[in-house]
Amino acid sequence: MAKQRTHIMVCGGTGCVSSQSLEMIETLKALIADRGYEDEVGIVKTGCFGFCGQGPIVKIHPDNVFYVQVKPENLAEIVDEHIVKGRIVNHLLYQEPTSLKHLKRHDDMHFYKKQYRIALRHCGLINPEDIFEYIAYGGYEALGTVLTDYTPEQVVANIKASGLRGRGGGGFSTGLKWELTAKSASDQKYVICNADEGDPGAFMDRSILEGDPHTIIEAMTIAGYAIGASTGIIYIRAEYPLAIHRLKVAIEQAEINGLLGDHIFGSNFSFELQIKYGAGAFVCGEETALIHSVEGSRGEPTKKPPYPAVEGYHGKPTCVNNVETFANIPPIVLKGADWFKRIGTPTSPGTKVFALAGKINNVGLVEVPMGTTLREIIYDIGGGIIGGKAFKAVQTGGPSGGVITKADLDTPIDYESLKAIGSMMGSGGMIVMDEDDCMVNIAKFYLEFTQDESCGKCTPCRIGTKRMYEILTKITEGEGTREDLRKLKTLGHMIKDSALCGLGQTAPNPVLSTLHYFADEYDAHIDAKHCPAGACKALAKYDIDPEKCIGCTACARVCPVQCITGQPKMRHTIDAAKCITCGACYTACKFDAVIRP
Amino acid sequence: MSDIFSHEKTQERLDTLNAFIDAQANKNDALIAVLHRAQEIFGYLPSELQLYIARKLDIPASKVYGVVSFYTFFTQKKRGLHTISVCMGTACFVKGSEKVFHAFTETLGIKNGETTADGKFTLRDVRCIGACGLAPVVMVDDKVFGHVKDADVEAIIAQYAEKGSE
Repeated sequence: MAKQRTHIMVCGGTGCVSSQSLEMIETLKALIADRGYEDEVGIVKTGCFGFCGQGPIVKIHPDNVFYVQVKPENLAEIVDEHIVKGRIVNHLLYQEPTSLKHLKRHDDMHFYKKQYRIALRHCGLINPEDIFEYIAYGGYEALGTVLTDYTPEQVVANIKASGLRGRGGGGFSTGLKWELTAKSASDQKYVICNADEGDPGAFMDRSILEGDPHTIIEAMTIAGYAIGASTGIIYIRAEYPLAIHRLKVAIEQAEINGLLGDHIFGSNFSFELQIKYGAGAFVCGEETALIHSVEGSRGEPTKKPPYPAVEGYHGKPTCVNNVETFANIPPIVLKGADWFKRIGTPTSPGTKVFALAGKINNVGLVEVPMGTTLREIIYDIGGGIIGGKAFKAVQTGGPSGGVITKADLDTPIDYESLKAIGSMMGSGGMIVMDEDDCMVNIAKFYLEFTQDESCGKCTPCRIGTKRMYEILTKITEGEGTREDLRKLKTLGHMIKDSALCGLGQTAPNPVLSTLHYFADEYDAHIDAKHCPAGACKALAKYDIDPEKCIGCTACARVCPVQCITGQPKMRHTIDAAKCITCGACYTACKFDAVIRP
Repeated sequence: MSDIFSHEKTQERLDTLNAFIDAQANKNDALIAVLHRAQEIFGYLPSELQLYIARKLDIPASKVYGVVSFYTFFTQKKRGLHTISVCMGTACFVKGSEKVFHAFTETLGIKNGETTADGKFTLRDVRCIGACGLAPVVMVDDKVFGHVKDADVEAIIAQYAEKGSE
């Protein structure tokens, strides 16, 4: 193979693929061949770079130049200017929203500067469909070490000592889970990877599976060795076709190369992997529900104990871990528990991947050490709020979590601190909201989701969330009463205490949390029949078009509640909180300046 | 009654499904996998097909129905030629996917889960397809459209309306 001087890395993650990045790879190949550089320049289809909001992304290696929002018509320019002449194409560089500077290098960008990548270490770096690239970056070395030098007990002890906790949301000690499963005596045990990423707004598991599938295979095999299982099952959403494809390719390559199957690395340990598809049920993120789904049944949870570590898949001891959790295993094995513990906070070592989305400039996946503050994530990495609007809240933990307000932006993030402020880590979705988002409407949105996803097995969740959703609908339509607020709270606490599984127990959180932090917004909806954010359509009020208003004062004179103010010949404004939507101003205006709700 | 078994290629389709079922190592676990395959082959899972699968796997039809109705991925109604899925995940929701969805219902004249009279389009909402960086996102069949505004809706529909049935 000829030694290549440059690699053009093109993102092959879902976000960029939907913007034709795969077709662009073909175009690039043709262009490079046409210019006669096919021996010197390689084109690599990589996993997700994480900066999805700026896709499609093309990175030139080793120059470390990062091109964003590349379109097919830009490719010839990149090849002719950058590859042939060595000149950077300035207009395709990332422009920082705050300084408006064009940044050449990947590591100059604030989005990447504060990140510390463990779980995402290979994403955007290697070709996920080539096992040898994974191996070149130290892949399967951890598995080799474990199988040749460690006893299963030592592996468990090592993971336990690292303090790694479940990244799917629960935060349970991974080492302890392994230990419990290892200690359960049985002829057959199972390792299951939970890749049924159901939290709307979180897509880190998808990115890892698409960008670095071998790391999951390696980690599951290590887990199998540690707990004494010879079969692993990856339970993945059917809605992730690209991730499924890459996993299949990776499993096949691992089998061909003797890294899966019988007598791995010449040891006595054998391990096989299967893929099972989910079918769109949020509750299947709960481990007992997931196991029932793997068994081909309705994904309804069952009471714990018995825990899956004792009685899981087909009644056998089963260890269920999330994708991101697994992605941390090989580095911990290679670099040691002490290395891992030095990152993050004492109770939550390591890093966490967050999916930053919503009203934020830099949308994408970010991996930061635990203990990083929300302010750093939103303002330094995320580049602040779109259009310079005012930050209102950030929702973490998805439908199970809560909102975090400005007052808590400096809280260092870990499992405990988020819980203390009424939210939770969850799987890492982070939705940023600005002044235009109505918190009552957001709470309603989440309740609609959980109500829809409730499996219906237990009454508190099935009926309780439905009632809560109805009350919230009533409030957003201006029919709410004080009594409704009291009911919401009582009902919320009751569901939390009495629901069968994690879905129900956490479903009231978005409501309780917004009730706590944004009581004034609920009050406005109920007392003044006013939506401060202007998002609830039923409560929309009359408004005045500043372009058309000439300040004739006609509207102000007819307003029965005196909610229109303004000097003669100056633009008038309506105080929406006082407006009773009688329409008198609309009729009075001769200049078509009053806008009807 | 659906016309699921009156299609000219019915036997061919059933043979494919039978081969898949017979290849399952563990029939107890296979139901969801079989339903995925059946939906791929037939497009939807009406009760006749559910009954067929139940008999083939030797399990109660009620169990098959229980699973089909539990998971949102499975559909018991025939879909249009193209399925338009509007993402209603949180990231898309705060970026205004409700407006986009509304524009689709207005333009197509159908509600969520319905199919247009000419059988061309089925409209549905989906919970996050994991492309939050492109919010709001619309998926037509397997193709993802990112940063969709309500004004883009007509153009998206037009693109597929022309294609006709093939």
